[in-house]
Amino acid sequence: MSVTATPGQLDSAAVNAARPAGFGRLMLAEWTKIRSVRSTAWTLFLFVVITIGLTALFSWISAANWHGLHAANRDARILSDPVGFIFGAGIGLGQLTICVLGVLVITTEYSTGVIRASLLAVPKRFPMLAAKAAVFGLLMVVLAEIVAFGSFFVGSKILHSYVSVSLSGAGVLRATLGAGLYLTVLGLFALAVGALIRHTAGAISTVIGVVLILPILTGLLPDETFYNHLNAYLPQQAGSLIYAVHQSSGQLLSPWEGLGVLGIWTVVLLAAAAYLLDRRDA
Amino acid sequence: MIEVTDLSKRFGDKVAVDHLSFTVEPGRVTGFLGPNGAGKSTTMRLILGLDHPSSGSATINGKRYAQLVNPLRTVGALLEAKSVHSGRSARNHLLFLAQTQGLPPSRVDEMLDLVGLREVARKRTGGFSLGMGQRLGVAAALLGDPEVLLLDEPVNGLDPEGVLWIRNLMKQLASVGKTVLVSSHLMNEMAVTADHLIVIGRGRLIVAASTADVIARGSGQAVRVRTPDAARLTDLILAEGGKAIPADDTNGTTGGDSAPVLTVTGVPAARIGELAASASIVLHELTPQLATLEDAFLELTSDSLEFGHLHPEPAGQSIEGTAR
Repeated sequence: MSVTATPGQLDSAAVNAARPAGFGRLMLAEWTKIRSVRSTAWTLFLFVVITIGLTALFSWISAANWHGLHAANRDARILSDPVGFIFGAGIGLGQLTICVLGVLVITTEYSTGVIRASLLAVPKRFPMLAAKAAVFGLLMVVLAEIVAFGSFFVGSKILHSYVSVSLSGAGVLRATLGAGLYLTVLGLFALAVGALIRHTAGAISTVIGVVLILPILTGLLPDETFYNHLNAYLPQQAGSLIYAVHQSSGQLLSPWEGLGVLGIWTVVLLAAAAYLLDRRDA
Repeated sequence: MIEVTDLSKRFGDKVAVDHLSFTVEPGRVTGFLGPNGAGKSTTMRLILGLDHPSSGSATINGKRYAQLVNPLRTVGALLEAKSVHSGRSARNHLLFLAQTQGLPPSRVDEMLDLVGLREVARKRTGGFSLGMGQRLGVAAALLGDPEVLLLDEPVNGLDPEGVLWIRNLMKQLASVGKTVLVSSHLMNEMAVTADHLIVIGRGRLIVAASTADVIARGSGQAVRVRTPDAARLTDLILAEGGKAIPADDTNGTTGGDSAPVLTVTGVPAARIGELAASASIVLHELTPQLATLEDAFLELTSDSLEFGHLHPEPAGQSIEGTAR
């Protein structure tokens, strides 16, 4: 180090040469963050293995026990909505890995203190959160669609001698694309909860409570119009309609309306998170 | 330049920063001193926009932190609290920061070289020693070649080599006209690093002055005088506008000398010698008592310590030399 030059003086020519535009820059940084920690790779690996694996497993068990002793009801259910069955098995558990990742993407910033570095670099906090949600959403939509189509082909292949489904069937393509979209929006829902709660354990418990426990609890409520509506508009209940081909009787929302309801939950929570992020001390 | 104006921050009913105002000028190292819990870190977080002030404002080059475009190219900060993901590599940590500012990846490698972390650049930072962590923090702070640097307790936990490195770095940055604000509770470290001091206690400003002034102000440059003719010398000193108080003679430094000892303030040692000579007064001892910054600091902050039992011994007892 010489005394005359500043340590690490910046060559301004080099800076100006490599400078992508505003929001893209933040997305690039968020992409660097998300790809450079192991938890991302691990949860996504589990997501793929669990979702496709369970679809394969349940499809195989069903096929192996077709016309089995107590299988009549189940067989009838699979026949009535084979696509819903294929996705139901894998996504039921696979979605939890997405919930965990969505939460971790933001809460680890708080638990490790990186949030301070992030906010020093991007003191306007809303763009930081928006870039994070955008990058996570893009990553999710690509991977979730691959997994959705993968699950569909694996499941339909295994079940093909008992029930024939193809993407050209009525509502099948919508359900398959929708499964990927559902997982993406659910991931963003988890991210929003993580941004609001800021603690990993608390946020994961909350999301899993909303996705798994709440539908069970509200299912116990009396079968009356008010409670049916309450049940129908829960984030997971509404969102998951998109990957079933057949609508059940008394279903209050269409598949796209259901996904829309989950989308509204997510947007509202993200907006609340953005508002609080700006207001709270980091 | 950093300007803090009537800045306050309350957490619940606890006041962390209390109507604090000061200015940090470029071209010198400004030390930010105070006992633990005085509000140093909170003030820095307020300047950096991490916390929102309850009232008042803090600006950097006339702008609030949130208004800065590419803030890392104006302000570099090393916070005391960790701000690195232990599972992420040093290089990726700097890379994402560089990307937010439109800096090229080559800049990241340059910084890793500068702080000597090139070898471990791709290792997870969880395995880093404290010193390596600080080096990474410095690399992050210097990434955008900022004009203003805020360093919160940068030498905490560093080995002597690391302390020297940080100290020289700060001086070098100040010498090329950068604004450097460095907080510490290590007074002697500040004595050799900072040109200017801002001392706070309980969130309030105690003094903002040059380091030399703060030291001088602390114990008032007392002189210890031993003379058999104490009464006559006292009169001369009073006539000169100084003060002379009989001091305890418990030290026995002159081996059984029973002549009384005076502590003189307000008159320099050389002048005391001249006065004594002109009046033919014999002096057995004439010792300037240079206060250390530590003395000055303890005296300044003695009413504002967070914890009562830390109350220091009365200043002036110290007969140590200067702070190097």
